[in-house]
Amino acid sequence: MLALDTSKKLSFNKLIADGDLVIVYERHDTMKAVNVCEGSVFQNRFGVFKHSDWIGKPFGSKVYSNKSGYVYLLAPSPELWTLVLSHRTQILYIADISFVIMYLEIVPGCLVLESGTGSGSLTTSLARAVAPTGHVYTFDFHEQRAASAREDFERTGLSSVVTVGVRDIQGNGFPDELCGMADAMFLDLPQPWLVIASAAKMLKPDGTLCSFSPCIEQVQRSCEALRMNFTDIRTFEVLLRTYEVREVKNDSMQGHGGSPSQQPPCKRRQTNEGSNKQESISSTIMARPSAEARGHTGYLTFARLKCSA
Amino acid sequence: MSGNQSRADSVQSRRVTWEGCSVLLDINDGDRLVFSRLTENSTLKIGKKNYSLRPLIGCPFGSLFQVEYGAEGSKLSRLLESAEVSNIQENGDYQPVEEHRDNRELVDNNKAQSLSGEDIEELRRQGATGDKIIEALIANSATFEKKTAFSQEKYRLKKQKKYAPRVLLRRPVARSICETYFTKYPARIGFMRVDTLSLLLSMANVAANSDILVVDMVGGLLTGAVAERMGGSGYVCNMYLESSPYPMDIVRMFNFSDEICKRIVRTSLSDLCSVQNDPSEQMGHDVSVTANASDEQMCSHETLTEPAVMEEIAPPSQNEISKCKIPKAGDKASQETIDLWKANGFSSLIVAAPELDTWNTVKDLMPHLSHSAPFAIYHQYVQPLATCMHNLQIEKMAVGLQISEPWLREYQVLPSRTHPCMQMSAFGGYILSGVKICNPEST
Repeated sequence: MLALDTSKKLSFNKLIADGDLVIVYERHDTMKAVNVCEGSVFQNRFGVFKHSDWIGKPFGSKVYSNKSGYVYLLAPSPELWTLVLSHRTQILYIADISFVIMYLEIVPGCLVLESGTGSGSLTTSLARAVAPTGHVYTFDFHEQRAASAREDFERTGLSSVVTVGVRDIQGNGFPDELCGMADAMFLDLPQPWLVIASAAKMLKPDGTLCSFSPCIEQVQRSCEALRMNFTDIRTFEVLLRTYEVREVKNDSMQGHGGSPSQQPPCKRRQTNEGSNKQESISSTIMARPSAEARGHTGYLTFARLKCSA
Repeated sequence: MSGNQSRADSVQSRRVTWEGCSVLLDINDGDRLVFSRLTENSTLKIGKKNYSLRPLIGCPFGSLFQVEYGAEGSKLSRLLESAEVSNIQENGDYQPVEEHRDNRELVDNNKAQSLSGEDIEELRRQGATGDKIIEALIANSATFEKKTAFSQEKYRLKKQKKYAPRVLLRRPVARSICETYFTKYPARIGFMRVDTLSLLLSMANVAANSDILVVDMVGGLLTGAVAERMGGSGYVCNMYLESSPYPMDIVRMFNFSDEICKRIVRTSLSDLCSVQNDPSEQMGHDVSVTANASDEQMCSHETLTEPAVMEEIAPPSQNEISKCKIPKAGDKASQETIDLWKANGFSSLIVAAPELDTWNTVKDLMPHLSHSAPFAIYHQYVQPLATCMHNLQIEKMAVGLQISEPWLREYQVLPSRTHPCMQMSAFGGYILSGVKICNPEST
């Protein structure tokens, strides 16, 4: 998933090989992560797909099933991975993830601490942001989830950049070996205020911290705890609103006399019909916000460790 | 190993200022933001006086400075943590059990304060610190005791900002530069809010060892943000589609090392499409001349039209620039690099070009992307993105198409006073994102 050195640039990696991870794209809300394996098949409602047909084709190709159905094979990225990974816990989505990485000022070479790992959604993007010279130390107190996360990072090729530890951060704080080494820290814990003192020891001066909490009471307690050693404390909410696009065909009323009631313009889904019709039909592209939206994920509280002499 | 060490050093060395570095000065907790370059002679105007910025050189980013009044006049001096008496913060944690006071009898007629402006000047001449002046003002206020605890806190904060202003030394990075421009000069960055910028970087899979094609008509903010996240590897190709490159001045504010600057290159679409070599020297010369011309234009524009509160420090003179050796970004891409891009394509595309036709731009650039490359197109208006999305679907050039509008809201979190902030940005632009597919039918 990541280009860890110049010889492995993403643009060089064009053809699908045996063992590669691909994202099988059916529709924008139906995708699946599949490891390509000579001899295996992929089955969905469009039919049966042989992996051997995939090998040697470029990423981004359209491939067919035995029933002439088709899917696209996309190259994996942290964004696509977030949409296909198995949810062992509630995960963070792109709006929160992208804002966190920018606001924590994470760049290649940084050392980032995270707790809890959860399903590794954010962790994958953190790995991208610090690679190839930085590192992510992520902790979860649930042994099984930590193991699943480690497997995922193997699968997505991030193991050299991510270390998963099993540790109760709320109870025991972060490990002493990392004292004063962290450029940034991310907390997604039920009681983050218990970790603030440890966080202050781990971070470099002017290092950045983010705490993600669904409830405002958690935010209030965290902010109180932060005021002692941290400055620039800011809390945000980030959401995404999506838009739908339709082509609306307006029939022109040439020479249809008589009837005063006009035909309403017929709304049709976009098609690519090779148009045999004469251009008396014009169309407008219209956009409107989608009816459904995510209303809340959590509050993001950011802070910087105070600089002393 | 040594490669790792030098990389770690460069991350580390960014933590302390040096002579000639670009900084963002945050006056009074975000009330006023000013970009500056720390040289021997640079100054900052607070109130009616100009303060030398020399004390800031060699201090860690994140240091706090306060105006100090001394025998030789006033200057900026560093506030160290132990000396920082933070009345505000202590009161912030204090939760009054019951507040009996209210403002029913408080009349705002400007008569409550018995100290005059001259009295305060006299106190200053006697060497009183800012904090002492604030205490004096409180002692001489007829209404202070009658105010609620929260109101007293607000009053104290207001006086502190006026009589003991503080300057926070901030690192100019993508986040702080974008926020500052969005607050002060949003039109120059096409109203691209910081959450929108962060989404562009994620959606386009910006990472090290990539080749990212960027059409940046937002002053260089996008180019700089991409280069920052690439950390000195790969290339950011800042492409121009017409005869001359777009200005990229904001890139200079990032304090990029030579290594990162080398990775920011420019090329025109015609260069990328052409078969034979173009004469590169002539083009390169034109590029730097254009950049300087637009620099000067920007400065004169500021002094004429910006109100007194929002100022930009004038750029250092030519002498100072050569002394400071500011690394240059935006050289023309070498033919070797262009050939590599022609062979393999770019790993992703980001477009922020309000003045170009979106669909035509995307149509021209899409063939230069590698397979399954993600792209993110920014626009202030949703209509061009809708048209572009529709056409991409019809031509079967991409999947996973989505038009997103990011929404951002900040909160004030204080005991018994937690609520969303009164001011909010209602608009940060729209993004069309997707992934390029190879469509044998369309070739």
